[in-house]
Amino acid sequence: MTSVPDELDRRFRDAAASAGLLDVAYDYTDSPIGRLLVATSERGLCRISFDPDPERELDWLTTAFGARVLRSARPLDPVRRELDEYFEGGRHEFDLTVDLTPLPHFQREVLEELGRVPYGHVDTYGGLAKRIGKPQAARAVGGALNRNPVPIVVPCHRIVGASGSLTGYAGGLERKETLLGLEGAILAG
Amino acid sequence: MEAVAAIPPFERFYEERKDEIFGYLARLLGRDAADDAFQETFLRALRGYGKLEHGRHLRAWAFTIATRVAVDERRKPSASAEPPEIPVDDERPAYAELQHLADQLPPTERAAVVLRYGYDLSYDDIGAALGSSAEAARAAASSGVRRLRRKETS
Repeated sequence: MTSVPDELDRRFRDAAASAGLLDVAYDYTDSPIGRLLVATSERGLCRISFDPDPERELDWLTTAFGARVLRSARPLDPVRRELDEYFEGGRHEFDLTVDLTPLPHFQREVLEELGRVPYGHVDTYGGLAKRIGKPQAARAVGGALNRNPVPIVVPCHRIVGASGSLTGYAGGLERKETLLGLEGAILAG
Repeated sequence: MEAVAAIPPFERFYEERKDEIFGYLARLLGRDAADDAFQETFLRALRGYGKLEHGRHLRAWAFTIATRVAVDERRKPSASAEPPEIPVDDERPAYAELQHLADQLPPTERAAVVLRYGYDLSYDDIGAALGSSAEAARAAASSGVRRLRRKETS
């Protein structure tokens, strides 16, 4: 069977993105904490996935943003660049716009507030719950963070247990520790 | 479990169809013209993809778009300047015999013959691809085959 030359394949993927025909463009990028799947909608960065299972990711992106999902490298260039700078220690804040539109209201509220926890600092689940005016909701805050579709850039690694223990991380505690170590965050205990 | 007819992510549709569609366009147009037609086919598919109501018949749909792109392409004055290359890696023997002759058919008959004997599409699907009825598709294919027989014997 004749197969499509790589060059032509790439040309189509570029053309599809620059014609504005995609709901989501995604690609992969290497990082010190493993290969990441990164995706952007027309509104902004909408997914960073550790240990990505491509088929599951495609289905999720389709459900959340629409079926016109295509791997295309160029739209992810700024994301790749900012992540590289972050992992090299040269970037403390991301300039990327994040698209959280498909998420439930409460989760968006939590993740938007989370964005205010600065580089190198940590807060607790309870602290974050207080900051959104729902001091009883520490557990629900934990759930919202656990399903954060854009980890690293929306820094759920900066939220720790009341005792200062790392507690949990959807990407695994080792990654949480690496990220906090990179940021020079000081952990109690 | 997702419903069988759910619209798949475009990436999956594209990966499943791209080689076959590229091969089809290369047969209809020759390898060089196939590049642009390939890109145009999948850009058109993307434009229509958001309006699909279900994921059935996507293969036939892809052939429909490719056929229209190819027919448009062949109607361009420059399109017939160079004879198309014949791919040598085709594993469909009956069709391979017809192939070099099919190049000389008018675009619609040619598409009908190639879709029927090269890709086993039904006449319903070929009719859809050609923007006509199943009967018209059958007529185009058999007229194409008759014309080929005359060429073969002449």
